[in-house]
Amino acid sequence: MNSATVRNLLVRGMLAGLTAGVLALVVAYFLGEPYVDKAIGFEETHASAHEHEVELVSRSLQSTAGLATGVLIYGIAFGGIAALAYCFLLGRVGRFAPRAAALLLSACALAAVYVVPFLKYPANPPAVGNPDTIGKRTTLYFLMIVLSVLLAVAATLLGKRLAPKLGAWYATVTAVVAFALAIGLAFAFLPAVNEVPSGFPATVLWRFRLSALAIQATLWGGFGLVFGELAERLLNPRPLSAAAAVATSAVAAPSRP
Amino acid sequence: MAQHIAQPTVTAPELPAKLPIGVIAPWAVLFGVLMLILLYFVGAEQGATSVMSGEGVHEWVHDSRHLLGFPCH
Repeated sequence: MNSATVRNLLVRGMLAGLTAGVLALVVAYFLGEPYVDKAIGFEETHASAHEHEVELVSRSLQSTAGLATGVLIYGIAFGGIAALAYCFLLGRVGRFAPRAAALLLSACALAAVYVVPFLKYPANPPAVGNPDTIGKRTTLYFLMIVLSVLLAVAATLLGKRLAPKLGAWYATVTAVVAFALAIGLAFAFLPAVNEVPSGFPATVLWRFRLSALAIQATLWGGFGLVFGELAERLLNPRPLSAAAAVATSAVAAPSRP
Repeated sequence: MAQHIAQPTVTAPELPAKLPIGVIAPWAVLFGVLMLILLYFVGAEQGATSVMSGEGVHEWVHDSRHLLGFPCH
């Protein structure tokens, strides 16, 4: 167990992130893009807030190559970060085999990095959001992600500390409840953002947000499964099952003198 | 009897060993920063803040920024 293991896990994390990004891209293109187009249609018929002077990148490029660039880089970047987190967590939090640890980390990352911030500051389609408040909204969104991740780390440390006294089950329940309470407080005190223009179709907004959730669920679910598989093969290199071992020895036997 | 026969097939799950923090740290710092820079360009460049002038990056990743949940404009 040395630096090479960390490097190998990191490379596999980025590859798994790229694979998961491809899956998420398919979901984004087929589920999400129709609502981006509908929202842009609304924006154009109600053009007053901000006007695009010159179209730098055409819609057909934005919805294909542009979308792919963003989603794949996002997948690779979070894959790398998750792999590094995995290196820290191995053998330190709970007693999990490599695949289970990867899927559990993935589920926690989906919750802490995306779902929790989304509940306060959900994804918005074009036409929703005042361009003048982009600075404030970006700051609040990134603040919410950082806060959620830090609170998740704190909850994990709390659970780890309580585990010897309460047992793994009650320690985990306590940590999750503490996390939920702290997040609830943050939700209550952080300013609300509501900049949906009047007349914007509610169904488009709802479907757009559902598709945004589906993209993340695909990304993190795919990452957890693929990375878990790669990590398992790296950390537990036992490619031969009992049946395969018997078959191999049977084949190898005649060659012996 | 049945228990005695069944026992040898049950193997204890092999749990992964800890990786020393000192070994992970340089990778985590270097690649952590690199990955965050990538996320910044996908999520925020030429929106709230700009490192590069113009709107090219913003317009290119426009759809992914909306669909990945970042405030876009």
